Formats: sequence, structure tokens, C-alpha cells
Amino acid sequence: MTHADLETAAEDAPRGTVALSARGLTKDFRGFRAVKEVDLDVAEGEVHALVGPNGAGKTTLFNLLTGFIKPTAGTITVHGTDITGKLPEQIAHEGVARSFQITSLFDNLTPREHLELALQGMAGGGMRFWRSDRTLLRYRGRADELVEQVGLTALADRPAGELAYGQKRALEMALVLALDPKVMLLDEPTAGMGREDVERTIELVRRIAAGRTVVFVDHNMHVVGSLAHHVTVLMAGEVLARGTYERVRTDPRVISAYLGEESHA
Amino acid sequence: MSAPTQTTARGAAASSPDAAPRGFLGRSTRRWLLLAAGLVLALVLPWVIYPPVAMDIAAWALFAVALDLLLGYAGLLSFGHAAFWGGSAYVAGLTAVHWGLPFPLAVLVGAVFAMALAWPIGMLSVRRSGIYFAMVTLAFAQMLFFVVNQWRGLTGGENGLQGVPAGFFGVEAVEREAFWFYYAALPMIIGGMWLAWRVVHSPFGRVLVATRDNPARARALGYDVDRYRVMVFVISAGLAGVAGGLFAISHGFVSLQEVAWQTSGKVVLITVLGGIGTLWGAIVGAVVIVILEDQLASSGFDGIGIITGSVFIIVVLLFRRGVWGTVADAVARRTGRRPADEAVGAADGEDGR
Repeated sequence: MTHADLETAAEDAPRGTVALSARGLTKDFRGFRAVKEVDLDVAEGEVHALVGPNGAGKTTLFNLLTGFIKPTAGTITVHGTDITGKLPEQIAHEGVARSFQITSLFDNLTPREHLELALQGMAGGGMRFWRSDRTLLRYRGRADELVEQVGLTALADRPAGELAYGQKRALEMALVLALDPKVMLLDEPTAGMGREDVERTIELVRRIAAGRTVVFVDHNMHVVGSLAHHVTVLMAGEVLARGTYERVRTDPRVISAYLGEESHA
Repeated sequence: MSAPTQTTARGAAASSPDAAPRGFLGRSTRRWLLLAAGLVLALVLPWVIYPPVAMDIAAWALFAVALDLLLGYAGLLSFGHAAFWGGSAYVAGLTAVHWGLPFPLAVLVGAVFAMALAWPIGMLSVRRSGIYFAMVTLAFAQMLFFVVNQWRGLTGGENGLQGVPAGFFGVEAVEREAFWFYYAALPMIIGGMWLAWRVVHSPFGRVLVATRDNPARARALGYDVDRYRVMVFVISAGLAGVAGGLFAISHGFVSLQEVAWQTSGKVVLITVLGGIGTLWGAIVGAVVIVILEDQLASSGFDGIGIITGSVFIIVVLLFRRGVWGTVADAVARRTGRRPADEAVGAADGEDGR
């Protein structure tokens, strides 16, 4: 990271230790530049929102940050460790956990089994094909705590495929938490939710965000306003603006580019 | 010994008292009864049917169980498993012929060879899923077929490897009679099936099902999906190798047929017919197909493929989950338990890269 880089990003850079940082992050898909030289700095303990119209590159950026796609150019660091080009499972072990925009669960497993699996994923031991799966019971206590934390205790033994939408989203959140991540990336945690579920999710994210670094994408400005310390606005793959929610909201470029679209959407 | 749901059922019974006792005991008892029935059937089999056919059923059943481990639980359709069954058959046959190894040892050498072969093939194949995985495994199996066919000096080419002895520490009854050979081979068959069951109901098995259902999510949870796939591929090849080695030695010769693509196709047919993702289904499939083929062959009918193919189509159209899956679902519905859903959508590979 050069001095000049630091200064360009320093404009609205949050104070404190940087937990997650991207420099000049770029992704081309067959000639189409989905993400263009994005710089991002998220301080430790901060809740940071990524907003922007559809196709702005938010999910692509998430996929870059978690190794699901490889950047064409640029670097990503987590607490100073370079994770550029690492595989998703390696990045998970670096303490970066993500949720998925479209609920992504194992339909045949129960919430409890999901969490046992996630806890084992971090602890290791998944290769032991000669042991009984009763060895997973060692994670039962912690799994039950997490199930309770997201309010799914009554449904802990129901296959995930049978859960209601909001409950699946809650399980997504519990899975991210199970990895005990330093940095949590939440892709549209309130997507497709009714008003009540949105409020509950805001509460949940606020609760679990304590002491962690969170980056989330959301289209719901109420969610962004309630949770985010800082906001980065993406537009056509580029950073259009960044700063506090209040500041970004009143930025004329953002109003014309993004909020304008939102109002007639 | 049913699908991985059984852990869930156990968990449910243990933690939510109202849902518990009747179903839990019922299910557990049913499982033990099933296992006992299976064992009794395995023991009386050579009394009720021609012993060489009983041995064929046992070998194909283990082969199908090995494939089910891969297809039903990891969601990977191998169309090249003849390489492991047949590769082991040749190695077991050769070690029996040239070194005079007793058959259990020859079979183990064959199985180790199959696993050694599966390691690089697995590493190169698991990067693809769905139809591509099937095609890559088929291509490797065809390469082995070519080598075996060309290397006449060693393998006998189209004539096969003749005169394979079934040495068994000088116990003549076993060495000469198919009836007693069956009982000498049965522990290896059952041991192989037990290993498959152990794998399915292990922490590894749980991860396997997760990588099958949602590979991207499994990776996000920190699992190196490819490593798990290579591992199950190698285990599956080892079990297929045990089955193939026993099959060849029981016949006293190794035919080129064992490494041919039709053999890969037949084991897929058996497994899907019986119902994938259940292990029991693979065994049922083997019983049905081997007996059917034997009956047709001894009746002098020469269109066996037409009949087995038709049976396959009918079963797949009528019972989407195979014979065993359909029966298990019916039982599950009657007892109000959640059906063993694992098999659904198993082989449609979608990857998170």
C-alpha cells in the first residue's frame, strides 16, 4: 500500500485499525468491467453499508472479497494479511464470513445440523470418515446457543427446506456467526422481507455486530440508515461517494444517480 | 442403515420429548430388523440360488454400494467405475496367478491398486461436476481399457486372463467349490458395506452431503470441497476394487469386459434402479439385475440389454427415487416421519466457483 493510495482513500476513511481493505479492485467479465478500481477501507468494529442501484457491482464486489471470483487487478487485505486470490474456504479460515443474497442453505439438514457443520468447518476434523457422526455432538452446546440467538430454538430439528423465508434468513445469519468471524459480509440481509421481519433483522444485526466488523449490502434505506456508520455508494462498478449516511444521502451526485432511481422504483 | 437423516431423527428424539419415544424406537428397531434380515439373506443365499450367481450378486452389490457412496452422497456420477472394478480384477488376478497369493490378499492388492489409480483420476475429475465429471471419468476408464487390451503379454488382451486360482491357505473346499468360496468372500463384502455405512454416518459423511447439496455454501463455511470429493472418490474406488477382485477370482478368469464401459454403465443402472443415496437401494438393485440377467441368459434369450434397459426405464419413470427410495418414502409417510430426501437432486452439479 503506497502513501498516495492511503491519501486517496483517506478522505472519509474511518479512524482506528483497518479490518478490511481493498485497493484498486477490478473485475472484468469478457470485456465488461463489472468493478472498476474500487478502494474500500472498513475500520475494526465498524458497520459499513454498500449501496447502489442494481448492476452497480455490489454482489460482484462481495464475491471478490470472499474469493468466489478472482479479481482482474487489485489487492484485498484483512487485518493486514493479503488474501487476494485465495480460495473461499481459505478466506473463511482468515476470519471473513459471508451470507448469501439468495438464501443458500442445505435443505436436508436441520438448523442444528447446519451449525454443527459450520462449527466443525472452523475446528477441522471433517475428513474423519472412520468416526461416528456422534462426534459432532461436541458442537451441540454452541450450536444450540446460536440457534437461540437467532430465535430458531423451536425449529432446531426441522429440515431447513421447510422453514419460512424469514427463518431461513435468520439461519443464514447464525451460520455466519458460527464461524466467529472478524469480518462479516452480509449480502442483502433483509431482501424480500416484510416490515416486521426487517425490524427484527435490524435488531439482530445490531446485536451481533457488537465487537465485529460488518459490511452489508441492502436496498432498503431504512436498514442502511439504522445500521451503518459509513456508506459506500457504488454506481456502474465505481465508487460514486462515501461517508456517513447523512452525508451520502445529501450528496447531489448520489441523489441524482441512485436515490432518483429509487424514488420511481 | 438408511440415509443421513437418521442422525436427525436421533437428535430430534433426544431433544424434543414430545416428538420422541414411539418414532425413535420404531425407527431404530426397524433398522436392526432390516440389518438382521439382510444378514440372514446373505447367509442363506447360496442355498437358494446357484452359488456362483450368489457370488455375482454379492460382488455387484458391493460395487453398487461403492458407486452409491459417490453418486448418492457426493452427487458425483462416475461413468468410469469399471476402471476400478476391472483394474483391481486384473491386479488381483495377476498377483494370484504369478505370486500365488491367497485370494483375500490378492483382492486387497487389487483394491490398493484401484485406490492408487483413483487418486490422480479423482484430482483431475472433481474440478468438474455433472455431465462433465461423468465424461472425464469415462475418458480415463477408456484409457485403461486401451492399455489392458493392448498389453496382451500381461493381460491376455481379448482372451482375458485365464486360470486365476482362488487360493485360500490350502483349504480345498473354498478353493474348489463356489459354495464355500462364497462364505470365504462374504466377510470382505460385508466389511466393505460396513465401511460405506461408516463413511455415510461420519463427520465426513455430513460434510459430503453438504458439498452435494450446496457446494458454494460448504466452501463459505471453510470446507475445501475438492478435497472431500477426491477422498470419497478414492474410498469408492477402493470398495469397487474389492468387489471387482472378488468377482474375477470367483470366476477363475478376468475378462476384458471388466474394464469396458458397459460395466460402468451397468453399475450406474443397478444403483439408480435400486435408488440412490440409501446404500440399501444399491443392494436391492444388484439382486434384481443379476438374477434377471442370469434368468434371461439361461433361457437362451439373447436380447438381455433390451429387457434390463426396459426394466430400468420403467422403474425410473414410475419410481423416481428407485425401488428402495420409493419403499422408504411410503414407510416414512405411514409412520409420519420425514422422508429421506437426500437423494433428490443429487446428481445435478452446480458449483460455487
